[in-house]
Amino acid sequence: MLNHTLKLVPDLLTAKLEEKSTRDGFGTGVVAAGKENPNLVVLSADLKESTRAEWFEKEFPDRFIELGVAEQNMATVAAGLAAVGKVPFITSYAAFSPGRNYEQIRTTIALNDLPVVVCGMHAGVSVGPDGATHQMVEDLAMMRALPNMIVMNPADAEEARKATIAAAKCGKPVYLRFGRANMPVFTTLETPFAIGKALTLVEGEKPEVALFTTGSLAYYALQAAAALQKDGIDVSVTHFHTVKPLDTAAALAAAKKAGRVITIEEHQAAGGFGGAVAEVLSEHYPVPVKRLGLQDEFGQSGEHPQLLEHYGLSAARIEAAARAWLAL
Amino acid sequence: MALTDAQVHAIEEKARDIRATIIDMLVAAKSGHTAGPLGMADIFAAFYFHILAHDPKNPDWEGRDRLVLSNGHIVPVRYSAMAHAGYFPVKECLTLRKFGTRLQGHPERTKLPGVETTSGPLGSGLSQASGMAYGLRMDGKANRVYCLMSDGELQEGNTWEAALFAGKNRLSNLTAVIDRNNIQIDGMTEDIMPLEPLADKWRAFNFHVIDVDGHNIEEFVNAVEMAKAIHEKPTVIIAHTIPGKGVKEIEFDYRWHGNPPGKGPTDKIPADKQAEVFLKEIRSMGGKVPHDYA
Repeated sequence: MLNHTLKLVPDLLTAKLEEKSTRDGFGTGVVAAGKENPNLVVLSADLKESTRAEWFEKEFPDRFIELGVAEQNMATVAAGLAAVGKVPFITSYAAFSPGRNYEQIRTTIALNDLPVVVCGMHAGVSVGPDGATHQMVEDLAMMRALPNMIVMNPADAEEARKATIAAAKCGKPVYLRFGRANMPVFTTLETPFAIGKALTLVEGEKPEVALFTTGSLAYYALQAAAALQKDGIDVSVTHFHTVKPLDTAAALAAAKKAGRVITIEEHQAAGGFGGAVAEVLSEHYPVPVKRLGLQDEFGQSGEHPQLLEHYGLSAARIEAAARAWLAL
Repeated sequence: MALTDAQVHAIEEKARDIRATIIDMLVAAKSGHTAGPLGMADIFAAFYFHILAHDPKNPDWEGRDRLVLSNGHIVPVRYSAMAHAGYFPVKECLTLRKFGTRLQGHPERTKLPGVETTSGPLGSGLSQASGMAYGLRMDGKANRVYCLMSDGELQEGNTWEAALFAGKNRLSNLTAVIDRNNIQIDGMTEDIMPLEPLADKWRAFNFHVIDVDGHNIEEFVNAVEMAKAIHEKPTVIIAHTIPGKGVKEIEFDYRWHGNPPGKGPTDKIPADKQAEVFLKEIRSMGGKVPHDYA
């Protein structure tokens, strides 16, 4: 069932996988990127431990810049640093950056077309008990609407590491989205990664539905696919770590093969990844699309798995959504 | 080193040329801001014709000083100064705000080399200038960074976040200049949202503060030189200016903040006479005003 050319973790559905957060992947990746590029600097707005910016500070104290609780200043200072040749990564919770400082990112980073990497941590409902104020579920919509901006939402810690290193090299404004929760690591060092290139995790022979995922929910989509296939329902799974530019070719190929698509994201179902997929398909190959995500509602306090279950994003709920749709 | 009388006079002449071109470009554009650009013409002349290390033929020269214009809406004065300094032909100024122009209504870094950054939304220039100053210092470079701000935009919180940052990091290679003309779109700053005591505020944020007459070239240049000698903190120059300077009928009148000649208040000068009167008065300041764009 699984696409073996991707060199994923063997037996990833049955083995006990290592669990790590994508923010940890960022921490590892930004240190590695910092070793390669002496111009890379990391900016923090008073959250260096939980954003993992601290890992960079320990290695490169002279290239770590503390701004205090000031996300608007962090974005604009970063634009200034980039204008004199630095490659700044700005780190905070996604609710505050890009939540608080959208206009600064728009004008001084995106419109200026400067290579600043905006790192939004604790995105989605992964921050759990903190509640709706800290659960950022509109960031993909905001960031993908910006010209010049590349938007990435990696699936696990290893892919997050690769995305961070790629962001440092690409020379463009980037939004990187990371989660707080520990999630299964199912990709490996050898799994390919290129900005804008989706991964076909499950090809499917004659799939009845194509599951499109972004971010950490990719693993749950794989679990849902396995459960469906056990009952003879063939599905494909495509993971889009890059929301912008979207891999249009991969989206169209999978949609043509299956004839219908379910998009899965820890974000508002409107305007984000599902929106991007619907835009592409409606223009080039209209097929029915069902968008899983928060349905025009804010998050709330609770444990991360509880919240995913509630908002229809657990493996069981993804599976159920597919079954219900196919039964119609 | 103090300026000679001849140097001061030469800069003043450039300021008059800059003012005249501002009027021409605003008339051609039929929109844009008048008061702020006229009020800052002397300071822009001082920057482009004396203070800045720069190369108009090589705008991206690494050794240049960085001049960040935070209040992007007064950019006609920058375009005019750049044109007169040789960055591009003066006649290109007449494309201001028109379709396809490099001279966007608010400046854009990717459109016109030499403007350093994109600005217009207020309050983010000092942060960007601070980032530049910090990055240049990291690399041991001697380039200076200047940030021009309006007084009205000091009402933006982002400005004070930047002030905390620049003060904390003792960015002595950064000099901020505030255009203290006391007006903003809706009225006088002290009525809309008072800024005084302004100098005390900046001192409290660990800036060295110098108050100057923004139309006295010698005084302004001396202040900039003094800032270079302050090594333990950034400097802010509060430049007291007259909005609309050069045309007595509009000086100090906040209603001219956002209107071009021909579209301003008509109680003193009829709309169809505004451009003509402005240019005549600017000429009467004693300078030559070349009007031949051909």
